[in-house]
Amino acid sequence: MDKNRERMLVKGNEAIAIGALDAGVECYFAYPITPQSDIPEYLSRELVKLGGEFVQAESELASINMVLGAAACGKRAMTSSSSPGISLKQEGISYMAGSELPAVIVNITRGGPGLGGIQPSQGDYFQATRGGGHGDYRTMVLAPSTCQECYDLTIEAFDLAFKYRNPVLILGDAILGQMKEPITRWKQRTIDPNEANEWKLTGKKGREQRILKSLFLGDGEMEEHNMKLWKKYKSMEQDLKWEEFSVEDAEVVAVAFGSIGRIAKSSARKLREMGYKVGVFRPITLFPFPYEPLRKLAMSGKRFITIENNTGQMVEDVKLALCGVTDTEFFANMPGKVSTPEDFIEPIKKMF
Amino acid sequence: MSEVQEKQVFSLPKCMKDVPTHFCPGCHHGIIHRLVAQTIDDLNLQDTSICIGSVGCSVFIYDYIDVDTVEAPHGRAPAVATGVKRARPENFVFAYQGDGDLAAIGLSEIVHCANRGERVTIIFVNNTVYGMTGGQMAPTTLVGQKTTTSPYGRRESKEGYPLKMAEMLAFLEGTAFSARVAVNNIKNIIKAKKALKKAFLVQLEGLGFGFVEVLSACPTNWHMTPLEANERVEREMMEYFPLGIYKDKLKDKK
Amino acid sequence: MSRIEIRVERCKGCLLCTSVCPEEILVQGEVLNTKGYKVVQCDQEKKDKCRGCGFCAEICPDGALVVFKTIKPRIRDS
Repeated sequence: MDKNRERMLVKGNEAIAIGALDAGVECYFAYPITPQSDIPEYLSRELVKLGGEFVQAESELASINMVLGAAACGKRAMTSSSSPGISLKQEGISYMAGSELPAVIVNITRGGPGLGGIQPSQGDYFQATRGGGHGDYRTMVLAPSTCQECYDLTIEAFDLAFKYRNPVLILGDAILGQMKEPITRWKQRTIDPNEANEWKLTGKKGREQRILKSLFLGDGEMEEHNMKLWKKYKSMEQDLKWEEFSVEDAEVVAVAFGSIGRIAKSSARKLREMGYKVGVFRPITLFPFPYEPLRKLAMSGKRFITIENNTGQMVEDVKLALCGVTDTEFFANMPGKVSTPEDFIEPIKKMF
Repeated sequence: MSEVQEKQVFSLPKCMKDVPTHFCPGCHHGIIHRLVAQTIDDLNLQDTSICIGSVGCSVFIYDYIDVDTVEAPHGRAPAVATGVKRARPENFVFAYQGDGDLAAIGLSEIVHCANRGERVTIIFVNNTVYGMTGGQMAPTTLVGQKTTTSPYGRRESKEGYPLKMAEMLAFLEGTAFSARVAVNNIKNIIKAKKALKKAFLVQLEGLGFGFVEVLSACPTNWHMTPLEANERVEREMMEYFPLGIYKDKLKDKK
Repeated sequence: MSRIEIRVERCKGCLLCTSVCPEEILVQGEVLNTKGYKVVQCDQEKKDKCRGCGFCAEICPDGALVVFKTIKPRIRDS
C-alpha cells in the first residue's frame, strides 16, 4: 500500500488531526473540551513526533492568540474546540481577520446555549457564518459530513487560509467528531518554507520593518481597509463548494449541511424506494453560501425543505437564495437529538 | 592653539526611529522605549527581533522601534508571544505592556506564559492607571489613590490591593529573571538598563522567562506636572513597589 | 566647555532634564515651539559650566537634547 494512500479507521476528530498533519501544520494550540479532545490528544503525540509545536493553553482564548502569533510568522497554525470554547476565541478571530492572518479553527459543535450538552447540534451556524466576533468580517466556513471530508477539508482549509490570508473555520459536530469510519490518507506532509514570504514576520534582516495589525486610525484608513476586506470576502465565491444528490428529477429537495446533510441523503434514498422523487442540496462551504446554485434549482420548479439540527439558522440563507422565486419549508431537528434517516421521512413526505 | 575637538556624547539608538512621539509631556514611556531600543542595539538584535505590541498608550510601539511587530489583542501579548516564539525560536521575541493590559485582563496569560518558562522577554510599564482610556483605576492603583473610577480613592474594603507583579512572577519556577526598576533619575535609569539586559539574556541563553517591571509616571492622568509626577514615582510608588531584582537565574549560573 | 543642542520642535517642556543637570544649566524657557510647548533653554550665565555628562539627554523622553562634549587636547598632543 503506497504510504500516502493509506486506509485508516479513525474518528472524525482524528481525521481532522491527521488532515492537519498532512497539510503541514507546524503549530497547534488548544484546550480540552468534549467532544473534540481527541484532536489535541492526537496532535500532542503525532505533531510533536514530527518536530512541530504543541501547547495546551490556559484557555481557548489564550490558544487563539497563540495561533495569531504563529500565523504572524507565516507558519501553518491551528486550534480546535467546541462551541463554548469557540465563543471564547471570537475576539482573537476578529483580530486575525483584521490583521489578515491565515489559520484553521475547528469547531466540533455541541448542544447550547450555555454549558448546553455534549450531544450534537448545528446551533453555531450563525456564529460561524456571520463572522462571530466584532466588526465587518467573515471567515470561510467548511462543513464536512463524513470522516473522509474531515480529512480532505482540513487540508483544503489550510490552502484556502493562505490563499485568502484569512482564518478558515471547519464546522463539524459531535456526531462527526466521535463516529469512526475508514478514510484514505492521500496527502504527503509537505512544508513550504517560502509560503507567505512576502508578509510574514521573520525579523527585519535585509528588509524594511513589517507590521501586522488591525488598528487603523489615520484619515480614511479604516474605510479603505474594510473595503479591501469586503472585496476579499466577495472573491471567496470562486471557491464555493456544495453537493447535489439526485436532484435532476427531484420534485422536493432537502437542503441540509454536515452530518444532517448526510442523514438526509439516506432519507432521500428511502423515500425514492417508496416512489417519492427526493433530492438533497448540501452546502459544503457555508461561507461563501451557494446562493446561485440553489437559486438555479428553484428556477427549475423544485420545492424545498430545509433540515437543521437547530431551531432554524441556515434556513434564512436558503430563503435569501430562493427569494422571489419560491420559499422553503423548515424541519427543526432539535439540538441535542441524534437524528436517524427515519426522522426526516414524514416531514418530507408531507411536501408531496 | 590646536582646534578644540568635540564629540557627540549622546545619540538615539540605531533601532529607534527619530520621530516625534505621541506621548504626553513627561511620560516615561518615551524613556523606556529608548532603553529597550538601546538594549536591542547593544545585543545586536534588531534584525532578529519580533515585537508584540499591546493595547494601551504603547500601542504605537512599532512607530518608534524599528523591528518586525505584531499587534496583540488587549491583554493577550504573552499568548501571542508564545505563539511567535514557538513558531520562530531562533528569533528574539519581546512584548511591551501596560498595567491594565498585563495585570488585569491579561493576568492569566502572563502567569501561564511565565509558568511555562516561555523564552520571551516582557517589559511591563506600571503607571498605576489606564492611561490611554483616560486615567481609570488599574490593578496597580495605590490604596487611597484617586482615579476616574476610584473617585473616593482606592478603598481596601472594596477594591482590594495593588498587584506586585515582579514579586509574583519571580515566584514561578518558569521565570528566569524578574526585576522592578524605575527611570525617574539617572541612577535608576542605569540600573534599569542593566535589568533590561539581563531580561533579554535569559531568553537568549534559553534559561526561561524574562520580566522587567518599570515604574512610570503618568502626569496627565495623575493631574500633576511632569516634575511632580516624576517625584511621586519615588515618594509614593516605590514604598509599595520596591525596586530590586527578585529572581536572576543568570547570577545563579555564573 | 561642552554644550547642548536643543531640538526645539521635539521638546515638550516637561523639564525632567532640569531635575538631573548637575550644574542646573537647563531652565524653563519662554519660547513656544509650533506645538505650543515652552521649550527648555540654557541659563546663559551657567551655560559654560556644561560638563557634557549627558544626564539631560539620558532622561529626556523625547530625544530633544543633543550633547557635545569638548575633548581637551592632552598636553602631550599640543
